Amino acid sequence: MSVSYDDVEVGTEIAAQTYGVTRGQLVQYAGASGDFNIIHWNERFAKAVGLPDVIAHGMFTMATAGRLLTDWAGDPAAVVEYGVRFSSMVPVPDNGTGTTLTVSGKVEDKLDGNRVAVVLTARCGEAKVLSQARAVVQLS
Amino acid sequence: MPLNRAFIGREYSFDKPFEVGRELIRHFALAIGDANPIYHDIDAAKAAGHRDLVAPPTFLTTLGFRRGGGPVGDPDLGLDYSLVVHGEQKFVLHRPVYAGDALTGRTTVTDIRDVGRNEAMVTETAVIAADGEQVATVTMTMISRGSAAPKEA
Repeated sequence: MSVSYDDVEVGTEIAAQTYGVTRGQLVQYAGASGDFNIIHWNERFAKAVGLPDVIAHGMFTMATAGRLLTDWAGDPAAVVEYGVRFSSMVPVPDNGTGTTLTVSGKVEDKLDGNRVAVVLTARCGEAKVLSQARAVVQLS
Repeated sequence: MPLNRAFIGREYSFDKPFEVGRELIRHFALAIGDANPIYHDIDAAKAAGHRDLVAPPTFLTTLGFRRGGGPVGDPDLGLDYSLVVHGEQKFVLHRPVYAGDALTGRTTVTDIRDVGRNEAMVTETAVIAADGEQVATVTMTMISRGSAAPKEA
């Protein structure tokens, strides 16, 4: 799937996608990224420091939300800017299924050079887990 | 204990190149559950006009964790890492990161400030390719929970 600059308008929506998050994925992400912070894989420790459960890496959430952008653009190199604020934690229970992130997007502005500004919304249940999540995407 | 504000403006360079390999890009893409062929298949990447596999937009986060060092590892900063949560993150990619890149960088502590009872520390990292071209600018805000100095009543 890919999209061209002429196909989009300010307000064009990127349909919501859901992404599962399991403990196993967090372990994989820890290994790939090098972020072995114990709160992302050890429930006993996470609860001892006052967290509700093992929580997902903020950067895992950011990367997952970014999949909406790269799938929309087709070519991941089209994402030339991407910034977020982490507004809520993503607890990942050891219940066999984990949790779910729901991500949607909207074109906020059309820029010069066939670029568009996209704002993302990412939720885990009712909680908004990213705020001020914005990207600039280079379209053809 | 509050963070050492003398760190504002300090620079940390990492000069030993971080070598971006195809398997690390594949590993990272797999870990974020992304099967996009431009991350995995060299022929697909080339067909899309790229010289090699493209790294995902947030891939450069691995630099800090795998390279270590920087202000966070400096005991004089007074940061207790167990109190840290991630506040904000931004990547500006001046060009894609490719397998085969050998990246160096320079991290600057741009701000440390109170945010209520917490403190925010902002770092900006310039990521530079072997030919001297700046590939990316990575801005990160860490929140140090509860470490702000007590306020006068």
